[in-house]
Amino acid sequence: MTLRLWHRQSLMTTQLAELPELHQMMRQTCRDYAQKELAPIAAQLDKDHKFPAKQVKELGAMGVMAVEVPESLGGAGMDYLAYCLAVEELSRGCASTGVIVSVNNSLYLGPILKFGTEEQKKQWITPFTTGERVGCFALSEPGNGSDAGAASTLAQQEGDEWVLSGTKAWITNCWDASATVVFATTDKSLKHKGISAFLVPMPHPGLSLGKKEDKLGIRASSTANIILEDCRIPLGNMLGERGMGFNIAMQTLDSGRLGIAAQALGIAQAALDCSADYAHKRTAFGAPIGKLQAIQFKLADMALAIESARLLTWRAAMLRDAKKPFTKEAAMAKLAASEAATFVSHQAIQVLGGMGYVTDMPAERHYRDARITEIYEGTSEIQRLVIANNILKEYQQ
Amino acid sequence: MHLFSMFLKFQHHLYCLCLPQIRVKPDHTGVVTDGVKHSMNPFCEIAVEEAVKLKEKKLVKEVVAVSCGPQQVQETIRTALAMGADRGIHVEVSGKDYETLGPLQVSKILAALAKKEQADLIILGKQVADFRDSGTFASEVNIEADKLKVVREVDGGLETIKIKLPAVVTADLRLNTPRYATLPNIMKAKKKKIANVKPADLGVDVSSRLEVLKVDEPPQRQAGVKVETVNDLVGKLKEAGTI
Repeated sequence: MTLRLWHRQSLMTTQLAELPELHQMMRQTCRDYAQKELAPIAAQLDKDHKFPAKQVKELGAMGVMAVEVPESLGGAGMDYLAYCLAVEELSRGCASTGVIVSVNNSLYLGPILKFGTEEQKKQWITPFTTGERVGCFALSEPGNGSDAGAASTLAQQEGDEWVLSGTKAWITNCWDASATVVFATTDKSLKHKGISAFLVPMPHPGLSLGKKEDKLGIRASSTANIILEDCRIPLGNMLGERGMGFNIAMQTLDSGRLGIAAQALGIAQAALDCSADYAHKRTAFGAPIGKLQAIQFKLADMALAIESARLLTWRAAMLRDAKKPFTKEAAMAKLAASEAATFVSHQAIQVLGGMGYVTDMPAERHYRDARITEIYEGTSEIQRLVIANNILKEYQQ
Repeated sequence: MHLFSMFLKFQHHLYCLCLPQIRVKPDHTGVVTDGVKHSMNPFCEIAVEEAVKLKEKKLVKEVVAVSCGPQQVQETIRTALAMGADRGIHVEVSGKDYETLGPLQVSKILAALAKKEQADLIILGKQVADFRDSGTFASEVNIEADKLKVVREVDGGLETIKIKLPAVVTADLRLNTPRYATLPNIMKAKKKKIANVKPADLGVDVSSRLEVLKVDEPPQRQAGVKVETVNDLVGKLKEAGTI
């Protein structure tokens, strides 16, 4: 069903006409891959809670696991807009694969690329560009998510080592990761200015993983606690300067939320694909339900929500690529896209009726996958605060 | 009709010819070309893949992608470049000429181009049956010395032949699995050259020899009839006069 839909869409030049040719080609290649290799297995990956190792390797070979990383370090050397397009297209096929790609690109490679030394880049970036290894990002703790400044994980210097202790929570990719960026307090008295960032290989003595969370959605990606007990790493494993951790985290999340916006767009689009196709085929009251205004209004609202969020996402990405401030726009994009994903997937089930509630159709999976996008990498509430703060600054007397 | 070809160069080039998905125009005067994304058809993708593989095996020196058609075909040439072709040639045919472009004119264009570029090997998607040569429906292609060893899928099974170069080969489904263009290759494709050529430059007259009277879609598939027993089936077949 969806295959024919995507093919038909590829016959319409309108969707791709606005993007530069390079980006169109890249988007098409990701779309083809998602359609042929991800969409057919997404339901099974979800049922089995299974990490798509083979696909991640193939995506690595295509350059998608390290889109922004320069070629000299093994990446594709493309821009952030290209990365957002890639994540959206892949998420349209499988939302879990989308977040695996996003976390590796934005949350793991991102901060190392920006704040790492040349040595650190070679050691911690290059092996993670091929799809053979993925990384993760450990900021949240059982005691604080949104309140990132209250990190209680400690880092104490003992001779030529840092000793980390504490627990990190909700870490995406951790059961499948080979390294993590961890945030810990080096100076509790300095509060958020006392947080530093560290690079820890996985597995490593003193680092253990909690149970894999049994999640509502994105089940093919692993989520668990990371427990640090007397975890010793060389001094050279600090990322950036001492006390820079909070700053690094916030800057990383600014970009990361565009990756999540892209993922949310992919999920929303898949839900719309499913609904529009069903509207053509399902008949009631003597005609396809697509003829009924009730369904038409839903499809229009769904498409509008997606397209608006998509343009916000592209714009934020383009601002970032132009090295202009993009914090407000990124927050708007993530907020709009995640709310679009939950709205569209909710309506998709409504359009499908009973069929939307069973696993025979992908609508229920899109509904379950969509929900997390309003929570991770900055809740919708935090996004609103970020936007409001920026607005108020703009209007400062 | 949108036609796409590939030239491969050992010392020479290899061709691949493709046809896109087509839909009949409502007024039955031809097929729809507006708004149809000129994407490579699967047989062309396979031909491109084979060409690039031969180059990776160092049996081929240069791969040239050729396409005949309007401006939009450049997209498909770029896709071939992103898959690994070295350069492209766009034979510009647009408007009325494009609508009436038939196999005869295309063969002349490709033949003229092949001579000009000194193509050694031409790989086409198997949809094009107008080229007379023996390497059709290839499911395996190997180069041995200065000959081409081709395994062909024929009605009776598989046939292995050796052909002298220059030669034409058409790609069948089982020849290979086309690669996805990688992001670095898509970036590199941007810098590769696509030359612009007009049919007149090749001394080919593309004016139509044929007048299309009518184009129809194939008849809609009729619903079948279900029967309960074998005797019923025999009865129905007798009724239809088929036995």
